[in-house]
Amino acid sequence: MAITVRCDIVSAEEEIFSGLVEMVVATGASGDLGICPGHAPLLTELKPGPIRLICQNDKEDEIFYLSGGFLEVQPNSVKVLADTALRAEDMSEAAAEEAKKRAEQELANQNGEFDYSRAAARLAEAAAQLRTLQAVRKKLGKR
Amino acid sequence: MAGAKEIRTQITSIKSTQKITSAMEMVAASKMRKAQDRMQTSRPYAERIRQVVGHVAHARAEYKHSFMEEREVKKVGYIIVSSDRGLCGGLNTNLFKQTVENMKEWSDQGAEIDLCLIGSKAVSFFRSYGGNVVAALTHIGDEPNIADLIGGVKVMLDSYEQGNIDRLFVVHNEFVNTMTQTPQVLQLLPLVPDEDESLKKGWDYLYEPDAKHLLDGLLVRYIESQVYQAVVENNACEQAARMVSMKSATDNAGNLIDDLQLVYNKARQAAITQEISEIVSGAAAV
Repeated sequence: MAITVRCDIVSAEEEIFSGLVEMVVATGASGDLGICPGHAPLLTELKPGPIRLICQNDKEDEIFYLSGGFLEVQPNSVKVLADTALRAEDMSEAAAEEAKKRAEQELANQNGEFDYSRAAARLAEAAAQLRTLQAVRKKLGKR
Repeated sequence: MAGAKEIRTQITSIKSTQKITSAMEMVAASKMRKAQDRMQTSRPYAERIRQVVGHVAHARAEYKHSFMEEREVKKVGYIIVSSDRGLCGGLNTNLFKQTVENMKEWSDQGAEIDLCLIGSKAVSFFRSYGGNVVAALTHIGDEPNIADLIGGVKVMLDSYEQGNIDRLFVVHNEFVNTMTQTPQVLQLLPLVPDEDESLKKGWDYLYEPDAKHLLDGLLVRYIESQVYQAVVENNACEQAARMVSMKSATDNAGNLIDDLQLVYNKARQAAITQEISEIVSGAAAV
């Protein structure tokens, strides 16, 4: 059995995941992070994006979508405080695609009372959801 | 012995009271389920963020947030979460008793006290008890919103940052189960270090992007989630306590009615016996 680290993912609404994993791959504020057991203490903000948990005993990877939050790493535990989290299986590709298109459109034809930062945030979120779905598809393709 | 008629009116009035209490019991039971769900969904987040902040408090951080400084205590602040309505047994009374005890410990050490009150019961209690109330929030309703709470809490946080208060507690009832609720005093600020021994030696986090930005965000989130959790938990306690106390009120009313019914029957029988003996003795005289 490989060395594992305890990982807890909670969102404001519920506990999403709790268990032992071999590695956590998350989208940090300054790039993607891969965290293995025994990692130095780390505190980071999370950007909207997928989080992938590589589980022990050749079990399938778990993929979740997070809309942002905080990640805390201690040598023997990883805690994710998500703003909202979704199981990747629950996400709809069509809806994400649609949201992305709408956000892009809004960015393209800006008018007077246009909130740039909000539209940009929406676009980033939609793109992140799509990235999560691609990760899921890759996982399913491998099988 | 009171007349049969008076007893009958008494029974009717107790019966209508019983109807009210049993209706309140049922309302509280259905509200309690919702309140409990609300409490349980946000509980994991509140617990985890408390653990994370417990770790942060140990770190020898390059950037000391004002929430992490341990200062000499000249003034303490309390956020007291109570219910808006009564008829929930000793819930609020127990909470206030615990609070007053805790406050006394601090005032014996020469510390002044500032209060932020949530819920009308706390407001009316501290109006008669006295105390320096700096903020009060009432009528939050059954579905509290973080946005509604943040105003009052911000007053306390600002005064902490300015150095007016040196310690901040939140007082609320902890939901153990439907029958048991225990008052709890939690220290919010300065951050309470986790008890884990292995964290005691000097270490620090790697921060991404930078410590100031990150800690500011995290600590605000921490306070929000703790206060919100205190309010939803207290709400679940309130409904549970009300359900239990209304149930016992309904039972008591039932016992009272049984007793009175017995007295009423005896009085009625006595009256009939008396009437018959009057008739009989009247007939004998003729």
